Amino acid sequence: RKGVFGRSAMAQPFVKKDDDHDDEMEYSPFMGIEKGAVLQEARVFNDAQVDPRRCSQVITKLLYLLNQGESFTKVEATEVFFSVTKLFQSKDTGLRRMVYLIIKELSPSSDEVIIVTSSLMKDMNSKIDMYRANAIRVLCRIIDGTLLTQIERYLKQAIVDKNPVVSSAALVSGLHLLRTNPEIVKRWSNEVQEGVQSRSALVQFHALALLHQIRQNDRLAVSKLVGSLTRGSVRSPLAQCLLIRYTSQVIRDMSNHGQSGERPFYEFLESCLRHKAEMVILEAARAITELDGVTSRELTPAITVLQLFLSSPKPVLRFAAVRTLNKVSMTHPMAVTNCNIDMESLISDQNRSIATLAITTLLKTGNESSVERLMKQITNFMSDIADEFKIVVVDAIRSLCVKFPLKYRSLMTFLSNILREEGGFEYKRAIVDSIVTIIRDIPDAKEGGLLHLCEFIEDCEFTYLSTQILHFLGIEGPKTSDPSKYIRYIYNRVHLENATVRAAAVSTLAKFGFMVDSLKPRITVLLKRCIYDSDDEVRDRATLFLSVLGGDGTLDADKDSKEFLFGSLEVPLANMETSLKNYDPSEEAFDINSVPKEVKSQPLAEKKAQGKKPTGLGAPPAAPASGFEGYERLLSSIPEFASFGKLFKSSSPVELTEAETEYAVNVVKHIFDNHVVFQYNCTNTIPEQLLERVNVIVDASEAEEFSEITSKALNSLPYDSPGQAFVAFEKPAGVPAVGKFSNTLTFVVKEVDPSTGEAEDDGVEDEYQLEDLEVVSADYILKVSVSNFRNAWESMNEEDEHVDEYGLGQRESLGEAIKAVIDLLGMQPCEGTETVPSNARSHTCLLSGVYIGNVKVLVRAQFGMDSSKEIAMKLAVRAEDVSVAEAIHEIVANG
Amino acid sequence: MELPPKVKNILLLDSEGKRIAAKYYSGDWPTNTAKEAFEKAVFSKTQKTNARTEVEVTALENNIIVYKFVQDLHFFVTGGEEENELVLASLLLFDAVNLLLRGNADKREALDNLDLIFLCFDEIIDGGIVLETDANVIAEKAGINSIDPNAPLSEQTISQALATAREHLTRSLMK
Repeated sequence: RKGVFGRSAMAQPFVKKDDDHDDEMEYSPFMGIEKGAVLQEARVFNDAQVDPRRCSQVITKLLYLLNQGESFTKVEATEVFFSVTKLFQSKDTGLRRMVYLIIKELSPSSDEVIIVTSSLMKDMNSKIDMYRANAIRVLCRIIDGTLLTQIERYLKQAIVDKNPVVSSAALVSGLHLLRTNPEIVKRWSNEVQEGVQSRSALVQFHALALLHQIRQNDRLAVSKLVGSLTRGSVRSPLAQCLLIRYTSQVIRDMSNHGQSGERPFYEFLESCLRHKAEMVILEAARAITELDGVTSRELTPAITVLQLFLSSPKPVLRFAAVRTLNKVSMTHPMAVTNCNIDMESLISDQNRSIATLAITTLLKTGNESSVERLMKQITNFMSDIADEFKIVVVDAIRSLCVKFPLKYRSLMTFLSNILREEGGFEYKRAIVDSIVTIIRDIPDAKEGGLLHLCEFIEDCEFTYLSTQILHFLGIEGPKTSDPSKYIRYIYNRVHLENATVRAAAVSTLAKFGFMVDSLKPRITVLLKRCIYDSDDEVRDRATLFLSVLGGDGTLDADKDSKEFLFGSLEVPLANMETSLKNYDPSEEAFDINSVPKEVKSQPLAEKKAQGKKPTGLGAPPAAPASGFEGYERLLSSIPEFASFGKLFKSSSPVELTEAETEYAVNVVKHIFDNHVVFQYNCTNTIPEQLLERVNVIVDASEAEEFSEITSKALNSLPYDSPGQAFVAFEKPAGVPAVGKFSNTLTFVVKEVDPSTGEAEDDGVEDEYQLEDLEVVSADYILKVSVSNFRNAWESMNEEDEHVDEYGLGQRESLGEAIKAVIDLLGMQPCEGTETVPSNARSHTCLLSGVYIGNVKVLVRAQFGMDSSKEIAMKLAVRAEDVSVAEAIHEIVANG
Repeated sequence: MELPPKVKNILLLDSEGKRIAAKYYSGDWPTNTAKEAFEKAVFSKTQKTNARTEVEVTALENNIIVYKFVQDLHFFVTGGEEENELVLASLLLFDAVNLLLRGNADKREALDNLDLIFLCFDEIIDGGIVLETDANVIAEKAGINSIDPNAPLSEQTISQALATAREHLTRSLMK
C-alpha cells in the first residue's frame, strides 16, 4: 500500500535522509502545513462526487493539526463537522473510518449531533462489523441521555453480539456512559453478565469491568460476584487482574466490617501467584503485600515470586518487583531481607530507576553492620545519577541515621562529601535537611555537623539555604562548647553576600551575643560595623540588636530580649500573610490576635493520602465554603450567628451517612466561646427528587450542658447541588463541654420528571435517620505548631508542669498508640515526632496547641512498649494556665 | 476509584522528541503547553537509555511510563503510579505499528501513513480504557481501510468476502 500522501507524487530532491543535511530538510508530508489552507481544502467534502482518497488525506491533515495542539474555533469546527457528515454517502470503508475519527475529535455540540445520529444508527445496524463497532463508539461518545434511551435497545443487543469487537465496543461505551447516565446503563446487567461468560478474552475483561462498576455500591453483590468468579476460570489475564483488584477490595470491606478469623480469598490471591501470565502474578503479589495487617506468613509466597522477578531479563519486570519490595520494606523490612543479595546486584542496573529503588530498599532493610559497605557502593553510584534519584537516596540515608544513631559518623561524612559536589537546589536542600535532622537527633553529631554547614555557606549559591542555615546556627551554635569558632563564618556572610543573607547573618550574630556573655563585646563591635550597610533591613536589624544587647541587664529586660530573639511567632506564617494582605491601613493598628492560629491542612498532601483508598467513592461534595476563613465568612454572614463573637475552631467534616446513600450528609462543628454551631452539609443524590424545607432535628438529651437556641433550615435541595442547614447551641462560656447528639434529617420530597427537570407541586413529608455526632475535648484545642519546641517548652514555667503516667493497654504498635493520643487531644505534632521508626520500643512525641480561651499548651509524651506489647505513657504538660494542664490530663484519663 | 487499568496517555515521538502523534486521556495536562512540557520531560529522561531490545520503564511525576524505541520512533505509554507496569507494557504500539508499516517502522513511514497511526491509537485505547492488546488484531482492525478504495469488490480477500456473505446469510435467517 502506498501512504495516503503517495510519496512519489511529492518526490523531492532529497528523498533519502542524509545525516549531513540540515534537520529542516527532513522530509515530512506535513511540512509547512497551515490551518487556513487545510480548512479551504476541506471544501472537497462538499463535492457532489466524493473522492475518498482525497477526502481521507484532508481528514488526516485535520487530525494532524488537532494532534499538534492546533485548535479550531467554534465556527470552524462546526463548518468542518457539517461537511464531514456529507461523507457518509460514500461507501468507502477507509474513508468511513476516518470520518468516525474526526467526528470524535470535533466533539460536536448536542444540537449538531442530531445531523449524524441517523447515519450512525444506520451504521450501527450495518452488515459490516467494523461499521457497527465504530458507530457504537462514536455515537456513545457524542449523544446525550434522551437519545441514549432511543438506541438503548441496540446497545443491549450489541453487548451480546457474537462478534467480540462489536461486543467490546458496546461494553466500553457502557463504562463511559455509566458516569453520565448510570440509571440507563444499570438496566443492562443481564446482557453484561452474559458477556462475563464470553470466550473472547477482551469481552470478558470489558464485561467484568462494567458489571463491577454497575454493582460497586452493593457490597453484597460485589462479594458474590468475586466469590463465584474466583471459583470459576477467568480466561483473560486482564480480566484476572481486575478480579484480583476486586478481591482485594472485598477483603478490605470485610475486615472493615469486623470479620475476623481466616482471611477470606487469600487462597485465591495465592493461587494467582502461579498463573502463567506475568501480569497476573505481579498483580496478585502486589495485592498480597497491600493487604491490611498482612502477616509474614501471608507475605512469604508473594516475596518469593517478586524475588524471582528481580533477576528477570525484562527491565519492566525488575522495576515492578523492586518497586513493590521497596514499599514492603517500609512496613516489613525483615520480610525483604532475603532479597538483599539480588538487590545488591541491581545497584549496577542499566536502568537508573531500578538501581535507585534497589539502593533505597537496601537502606531500609540493611542491618547496622552492612551500613559501611553500603555507603561505599552508593558513593560510586551517586556520581552518575540525576538529582531526583539522589534526593531519594539522601532521604533514605536520613532515616537510616535515625535508625542506627551509632553509625552517624560515616553517614555524616557521606552527606558532607556530597554537599560539596555539584547539585541543584532541591538536592542541596535535601542534604541540608538531613544534616539538620541528624544534628537535632544525635547530640554527638552536633559540633561536626554545624561545621559542615558553616563550610557549605562559605560557597553556597542558594540564598534560601544560607538563611536557613544561619538561623539554625543562631539557635544551636551558642549552646556548643566553643561558640566562638562559628563567628568567623557568620561574619564573613556580612561581607560577601546579598542583602537577605546579610540580614540573616546579623540576626544570628545577635543571638550569639545574647546567649554567650564572653562574646558580647566582640559581637557588639561587629554589629556596629553593620549599621553602615547599604541595605536598610540590614542596618535596621543591626541597630535594633545593638540596643537589645546594650540593655540594662535587668531580669525583665533580659526576658523581653530573649522572647524577642528566640520567641516564635505564635501564628502560622501563611495565616499571617493572608491577614496582612487583607489589612487595610487605617487608624486602627494591625492586631496580631486577629490572625487565625489554626494550621491549615495541606490540601496537596491530603489529596495524595486519600487518593487510593476506595472510601473516596462517595467523596463528600466540596462545601461551598471550607477552610477556617471560609467558615468564618459564612457564619458571620448569617444574622442568627453574628452575635456569637469570634469563631475559635471548626472541625473537619464528620460523615453522618454511609457512602452511596440517597442523601449524603456530613457535619462541621463550629466552636465559639459561648456557643456551638453544627453545619450540616447535605447532598441529594437522587435525580428524581427535589427536597424542600430540609432541617435537622437534634436530640441533645445526652449533652446536658448544651441547649438549642436556634436552627436554620435549608429551603430547597435539588439533585447534586449541596446545601447547608444549621443548628446552634448555647453552652457555658469557656468550658470544654462535651456530649452526644442524635440527628434526624426532616424534609419534604417532591418527585421530579427527569426529562423536563420540573418538580411536582405536591410533596410528601419524610425523615431520614443520621448517625450520632459527638462534641469531644479535642474540639476545644487548636492545632498550632511551634517552630522550636524546646525553646517554647523551656520558656514555660517548669513549676506548673503536670506529669502523670498512664497505661494504654496492649496495642498493635507504638505508632498506633501515638496516633490515638494525638487524635484524642487534637493537638499539632511537632518536629515530625508523630512518626515512629518501625522497630522502636520507645518514643517521645511532642505536641502543641491552643486551648479554648487562647491558652498555649505543650505536651511531651513518652511512650514505651514491653515485650507483650503493653504500652505505657508518661505525659508531661506545660500550659500558660495551670488549670489547662490539668484539663489535658483529664482528657487523657477519661479517653 | 477507577479499578480497571487506566491509561493517561500514549505518545509517539521522533528521535528529537517532536510529537508525531499523541493521545491524552486524563486531565493532568489540560493545555497543549502542559502536554508539550510533559513530552519534553519524558523524552529527555529516557533519551539516553537503551530501549531497543527490551521495553524500558521509568517513573516521572507520580506516573509510570513504559517505553520502547524502534528506529527513530519513540513509543511511550503513561499510567498512574498504582498501575500494573506489565499491563501498560502490553499497550505499547510498536508491534502493531510495525505490522501496519510492513516492518519498515520509522518516522518517515509513520508520517506517510499517519492515518494508520491514528487508527491504531483509536483501536488500542478508548477514552483511557484498554480496548485491545493483540497487535495482530489491532493492525488488522486499523488496516481494514488499506484496501484500495478503487479496487473492485473481487479484490477483497476471499476470507473477508466470505465473512460478509456469511454475516448476510445469518442476518436474513434471523429475521
